[in-house]
Amino acid sequence: MKSLQSIIETHPFFKGLDEPYLELVTGCASNVRFNAGEFIYRQDEEADTFYIIRQGKVSLEICQPGHEPMVLQTVSEGEILGWAWIVPPYHWKFDAQAVELTRTIAFDGKCLRNKCQEDHGLGYELLSRLLPVVGKTMDASRLQLMNVYGIKSSEGV
Amino acid sequence: MNFSEPDPMVPQPYKVRQIWQETHDTFSLDLEPKGPSLHSEFAPGQFNMLYAFGVGEVPISISACSKNGDGWIHTIRDVGTVTHALHQLREGDTIGLRGPFGSAWPIDESKGSDVVIMAGGIGLAPLRPALYALMESRKNFGDIALLYGARKPEDLLYTDEFESWRGKYGVQVRVTVDNADRTWSGNVGVVTTMIPRVNFDPLQTVAMICGPEIMMRYAVLELRQNGVSEENIYVTMERNMKCAVGFCGHCQFGPAFICKDGPVFRYDRVKPLFSLREV
Ligand SMILES: Cc1cc2nc3c(=O)[nH]c(=O)nc-3n(C[C@H](O)[C@H](O)[C@H](O)COP(=O)(O)OP(=O)(O)OC[C@H]3O[C@@H](n4cnc5c(N)ncnc54)[C@H](O)[C@@H]3O)c2cc1C
Repeated sequence: MKSLQSIIETHPFFKGLDEPYLELVTGCASNVRFNAGEFIYRQDEEADTFYIIRQGKVSLEICQPGHEPMVLQTVSEGEILGWAWIVPPYHWKFDAQAVELTRTIAFDGKCLRNKCQEDHGLGYELLSRLLPVVGKTMDASRLQLMNVYGIKSSEGV
Repeated sequence: MNFSEPDPMVPQPYKVRQIWQETHDTFSLDLEPKGPSLHSEFAPGQFNMLYAFGVGEVPISISACSKNGDGWIHTIRDVGTVTHALHQLREGDTIGLRGPFGSAWPIDESKGSDVVIMAGGIGLAPLRPALYALMESRKNFGDIALLYGARKPEDLLYTDEFESWRGKYGVQVRVTVDNADRTWSGNVGVVTTMIPRVNFDPLQTVAMICGPEIMMRYAVLELRQNGVSEENIYVTMERNMKCAVGFCGHCQFGPAFICKDGPVFRYDRVKPLFSLREV
């Protein structure tokens, strides 16, 4: 059986992380799976976990009263789920629901935060991996907002 | 002058063999030549000028050969005056057609390479013949990936073909929409986010992109970041055109004419013009 650490170190998010840091993050990790349809977290709940996805697909949904929930993004194998665990006030902004059977490694958010506080080197490593994901998500949201496929946009062929 | 070739400025009569709805605002027209059968050869990426009598003429890419090989299929989004008139056509009606015109996707140049096809919205229509050509001689190519994005699940084209592209030809088909409700179990997010999810060797990959210009710009950036070189990226440029043969200058795009030099361009050759606000 593969050890938790060997699974973590092969996930793209942690690729290349030095051994001592890997050991530190593994100390906060556990193997968690979600069945299709299961909610991983709900909007406004405390964000106390960080997930890396090993297999499956998760949808991020926004719910407005009186409206059907809307899926804004899906994340899948090789990607990460959630960064609210590192940004005060540590609350989820969306619902996350497993679209299919999803295997993850879940990290205790508080545990990770404490370790980052104690070892800024680890904090820097984690943030410099998280920020590009946050940046890409922002770019993607802007593109989605522009409704590029809409009739009045400057459509390509 | 060769009298056996039709004058490129004179539309030839074509009969609507079949018209069907692809999505709520997009339809396909199967057109067959009236009178003596003309050649149906074309290169994937080329377009025809379709003339709705009394209304006007628009460039529309060829999205497939007709099933019996005599004529062409065009997939059209009803966005304005002429495309709406084309949408009103019924089987047996006649329209005018000039073409095929324009440059083609680099199918031969891609032999031996992996191929990444990225399409946004109606952009899958001009890329479908490229995909057919790759699948027809599948063994000449390495990994093939189709990354396709649309606004909503109901805007996706050719969904009934995806399974055979995947199963029969081993094409990595990744589809994504900008937003959806819970009944959609596919991906949600912009098409560029699909790039890391498919296998290809960036140093040996040819990419073909067609979609809204802004999508193509992001797609190029992402492919570049993943190691695909600019000389191996092909894009299409859309500009309104009139004559389609490089006479009138209506579609001049910097030093190039979209109609005769394009619509398919190698990215490094149009890069300086690609992100200009107005050309
Ligand atoms: C080389 C080439 C190949 C093309 N291939 C295809 C194809 O395969 N299928 C296809 O559907 N279209 C294709 N197009 C685009 C197509 O030619 C235009 O949609 C068409 O000319 C619009 O004419 P219209 O008279 O219907 O609209 P107009 O009356 O000219 O325009 C009406 C409104 O629609 C908007 N509009 C115009 N064109 C578009 C567009 N493309 N997308 C969104 N909004 C638009 C305008 O801004 C305007 O507000 C291609 C264009 C080129 C240059």
